[in-house]
Amino acid sequence: MSFPWAKEYTPTNGVAKFLDEKLPLPRLVYNAVGAGYPVPRNLSYFWNFGVLAGFFLVLQIVTGVVLAMHYAANAQVAFATTEHIMRDVNWGWLMRYAHANGASFFFIVVYLHIFRGFYYSSYKAPREMIWLLGVTIFLLMMATAFMGYVLPWGQMSFWGAKVITGLFGAIPLVGEPIQVWLLGGYAPDNAALNRFFSLHFLLPFVIAGCVILHIWALHIPGSSNPTGVEIKSESDTLPFHPYYTVKDGFGLGVALLFFMTMVFFLPNALGHPDNYIEANPLSTPAHIVPEWYFWPFYAILRAFTADFLFIPAKLMGVLAMFAAILVWFILPWLDKSPVRSGHYRPLFRKFFWFGLIPAMIVLFICGGAPAEEPYVMLSQIATAYYFLHFLVILPIVSQVEQPEPLPYSITEAVLGSDKKAVLGENATPAV
Amino acid sequence: MSQFFSIRVIGILIGLGFTLAVLWAFGNGVVAVISEGQLKQATVEHEYHKKPNDYAWSFDGLLGKWDTQQLQRGFKVYDEVCAACHGLKFVAFRDLEQIGYDEGQVKNYAASKQVQDIDPTTRETVTRPGLPTDYFPHVAYAGAGVPPDLSLIAKARPDGTNYLVSLLTGYTEVPAELKAEFPDFAVPATGYYNPYFPNLALSMPAPLVDGQVTYDDGTEATVEQMSKDVAAFLTWTAEPTLVKRKQTGWPVLIFLLFATVLAYLSKQQIWAAVKPKKRD
Repeated sequence: MSFPWAKEYTPTNGVAKFLDEKLPLPRLVYNAVGAGYPVPRNLSYFWNFGVLAGFFLVLQIVTGVVLAMHYAANAQVAFATTEHIMRDVNWGWLMRYAHANGASFFFIVVYLHIFRGFYYSSYKAPREMIWLLGVTIFLLMMATAFMGYVLPWGQMSFWGAKVITGLFGAIPLVGEPIQVWLLGGYAPDNAALNRFFSLHFLLPFVIAGCVILHIWALHIPGSSNPTGVEIKSESDTLPFHPYYTVKDGFGLGVALLFFMTMVFFLPNALGHPDNYIEANPLSTPAHIVPEWYFWPFYAILRAFTADFLFIPAKLMGVLAMFAAILVWFILPWLDKSPVRSGHYRPLFRKFFWFGLIPAMIVLFICGGAPAEEPYVMLSQIATAYYFLHFLVILPIVSQVEQPEPLPYSITEAVLGSDKKAVLGENATPAV
Repeated sequence: MSQFFSIRVIGILIGLGFTLAVLWAFGNGVVAVISEGQLKQATVEHEYHKKPNDYAWSFDGLLGKWDTQQLQRGFKVYDEVCAACHGLKFVAFRDLEQIGYDEGQVKNYAASKQVQDIDPTTRETVTRPGLPTDYFPHVAYAGAGVPPDLSLIAKARPDGTNYLVSLLTGYTEVPAELKAEFPDFAVPATGYYNPYFPNLALSMPAPLVDGQVTYDDGTEATVEQMSKDVAAFLTWTAEPTLVKRKQTGWPVLIFLLFATVLAYLSKQQIWAAVKPKKRD
């Protein structure tokens, strides 16, 4: 895709001409993240997080590959090789802390990226495919992170693996055979550790493939923007390079400042102390909690404490936890409001800020807290709102809401007037 | 349009289904709370478990450094007291050079310990004097229970360093108010009351008494002094790279700050031409 005014790549020297003829990789880069890609001129800093997510994916792959050179996926020695990395491998402690905190930062930037998508309805036509790929990436990230957390073979690794694979045991009839098949045994042990390591190495490259598709799909309609009004003319856009390369560069600097502060000064703040105790199948930790990025979904899982009709509570919790993410897949068809940006949707905005965001915060807190009152009841109310929000409120709001007036174009939103709009040129209908 | 409408109808039904199910669970919870008359059962752990006290450490803060004297005192406490029951399996004798012992001292210390090995000719398990490359030997504990290995203990407990001091100095009699409030509470026959331990009673008796260790540097060996020293030593065993980590962090952050400011200024300059003029 491109807009008619997109700059064209022109090779300037012999090598560039040779390459452009045989393998136009420079042209691809130029059109993807160079001057050949026109981007809305009004993107806010919320549009930085896609690039940051890409950066953290690369960081995870690089640190992960180095760690894999020193780690042994064997239940006898996994914990000891992790300590070997921390103590005896040159800069091993830095690799491991960067990898562990890198996972957290990957989730932080991806959650902000998804938040941006929710508020500005980035999932709406013509960008449904970008959204579907994005949710797929998120699911793959969750699987990868879960399996990675098992590898150090600490207490939380072991018991987390036991609880999460135990979820499959809730499936009627075939649940237990599936659980045994997944683990390669009746409890997490060498077989489970080995396959988790294998998949933990594989999935990041699957994610990288999905990221390429995600960006490819993005380049067909181009980026959305805070007004949600589509690009109408050249004055609405700026070339990606240098305008957004430099802005992303600044954003990356800020993100790295936060990241390196965590790595060097608070490297264990986001982890759990119990994971520095070697896995012991005979000793159950007092509170089994997953990593912080799973807390909202863990809270939904645990909110179903009573059997409902003929469905056991555990199965209901498992279904709800998966449904809580799967519902994002059909979001483009649930929210049919023609207006994208939350800026111009008064009713949507109220439910978003006073409903969804508080519910997510409550779920986050309850997911990390022990399973006792008042956390259980709070998580139940928040879970109820979560499902109501996506599956009931959003479709109804998008039907009944009266949106506020949109600017004619991005140029008008930025500059206060659009000459072409005033002159009546290029008059395409709003939205 | 109609097919998408049906997705929304199915969606609403599923959404209402999950909502009903979770509200049903909520209702059950409310009924249980009303019939029991209180939201939360007050347990003795909730009421009497204490969080660790705060102590000052040389390795705290952004510029923290090891106090080698303290680490050596702590090592002596470990060697003379803790090592009777607790191992240190991730620490090698050679690592002691990092806390200020020279090669000869490490060699002598290692040789004073018997380590297990396999005789290469007979393939029998033998014990021999340790070498600097050996790790602290496994400690066989004869009594009931499993004393944890201490290599990582400071990282394996919340607020570990402070926790260790609080625990070691925290042994007391069971408070009278506790007995009055929870008449059923009893310290097990093999246990000792300590409010810093999660379930208030642990199998380890108070290990330290004043003057138990004679420090080489003449420091008075009070229980608190020994507790602090051994906690500092165990913080080092848990993360020998702690100080190097902090010292590496500074140049990294200063470089990043510089680079980020430059990136910001570049951004301002490049965007200056296309930024809208301030509207009045």
